[in-house]
Amino acid sequence: MLKKRIIPMLLLKEGRMVKGKRFANFRDVGNPVTAARVYNSQKVDELIFLDIEPSTSSRESVKQIIRSVGEECFMPLTVGGGVRTLEDFHELLQLGADKVSLNTAAVKTPSLVREGARRFGDQCVVVSVDYKRDPSGKRKVVIESGKKTLDLDPLDHILRCVELGAGEILLTSIDHEGEMEGYDFPFLQQVASRVPVPVIASGGAGKLEHFEKALVECDCSAVGAGSIFHFTDQSPIKVRYYLTVQNLAVRVK
Amino acid sequence: MIAIIDYGMGNVFSVKNACEFLGEEAIVTRNPGEIARSDRLILPGVGAFGEAMENLRDLNLVTLLHEEVLQKKKPILGICLGMQLMASQSVEKGNHGGLGWVAAKVVRFPRSSFPFRVPHVGWNEISPRPNVPFFANLKKDRNVYFVHSYHLVPENNHEIAATCSYGIEFCASVWKENIFATQFHPEKSQNVGLSILESFLEWSPPSRKPGELASTGVEEIA
Repeated sequence: MLKKRIIPMLLLKEGRMVKGKRFANFRDVGNPVTAARVYNSQKVDELIFLDIEPSTSSRESVKQIIRSVGEECFMPLTVGGGVRTLEDFHELLQLGADKVSLNTAAVKTPSLVREGARRFGDQCVVVSVDYKRDPSGKRKVVIESGKKTLDLDPLDHILRCVELGAGEILLTSIDHEGEMEGYDFPFLQQVASRVPVPVIASGGAGKLEHFEKALVECDCSAVGAGSIFHFTDQSPIKVRYYLTVQNLAVRVK
Repeated sequence: MIAIIDYGMGNVFSVKNACEFLGEEAIVTRNPGEIARSDRLILPGVGAFGEAMENLRDLNLVTLLHEEVLQKKKPILGICLGMQLMASQSVEKGNHGGLGWVAAKVVRFPRSSFPFRVPHVGWNEISPRPNVPFFANLKKDRNVYFVHSYHLVPENNHEIAATCSYGIEFCASVWKENIFATQFHPEKSQNVGLSILESFLEWSPPSRKPGELASTGVEEIA
């Protein structure tokens, strides 16, 4: 049986691991390679690395991180942030990424989703969608690491990306991100019921129940989390144990 | 020495790192001399079938690999797309001929029917067939990492080395003489995967008896 995945998310800024709230007020939370090593020893299911401030210099540091992690962590890696061309895509796969995440590029150059899927297979194209509610309460897609809000409905955008070949959706609610008060459950459920590909919940996990709700009620295939692992005494091991007790199919060490 | 075939289709360094972690010398190469000198081969791969075959042809690796695998009987491990390329044909985005070492067809998972979303991504449990040496050291945990939309359907049931269940029962691994292949990624499956990779690296196929003919099919290809 396919297991539900628990995925620590490592946000990167100039080679350091950071964590904020609602895509702002970032705090340094350590060295990403050291963190990956710890997660690997805890046998987590996968790691997601996202460069939240992509630049020419950060690109090099991300590559170095993936290279270092790949030397000792024999586990699945998803990498994103600043991927703009097929060459960027290919380079990350070569370095050891199993999947590449596209966010801003999926909006600005949707052909990259199609070309990535055509060349590397749909299974390694993750489309990451950040969104928040506008003053009238409508959800809108946000790109460039939270800087630019578009007049674009996230569900429409997701359906289009899946049509183009996205193999997985990483869905992050900026309003919930870092708040640790739960994911945007209604929207997760709506998206997961509309797309045939796996959905990863992101933004807002603060309690063990949040993971269960996203995986069971919303039918997400995986749950991503940052703050709960950085700032509380919860660990992926505890999450896994809790979910096992709730009769969910997770990988047990 | 292990030659990891570099034909421009992804993930070669993870495989190299995993081999080195297990104490084996491994090179990433497309050089015919190095491939011929190696003791065993790994054919990794992430990507689309048609393009992968095209790359192998453009790099003049197809005839060389036929020689190494079918005539010299060098042990080879195919991973993910590398396993699929060993099949006779694939229907991924058109119809493509493969290397043809395993009589099999590569097909897509049935169109997603909940809860079986496609691609099949994540950790799933394999059921090894009895007496497959590569799985002999596995303990209770048989979860390995998959990330794919297509899978192999072998014609000969006895060449299936392990199965896995995802809506349907599909072939997770094949084993035929010196050829071993996995649809999952041993180099990404933590200790379970490393154990499988280690078993492959330590394994030697039973040597052919003197005078025994090479398996049929070699002549056709040569």
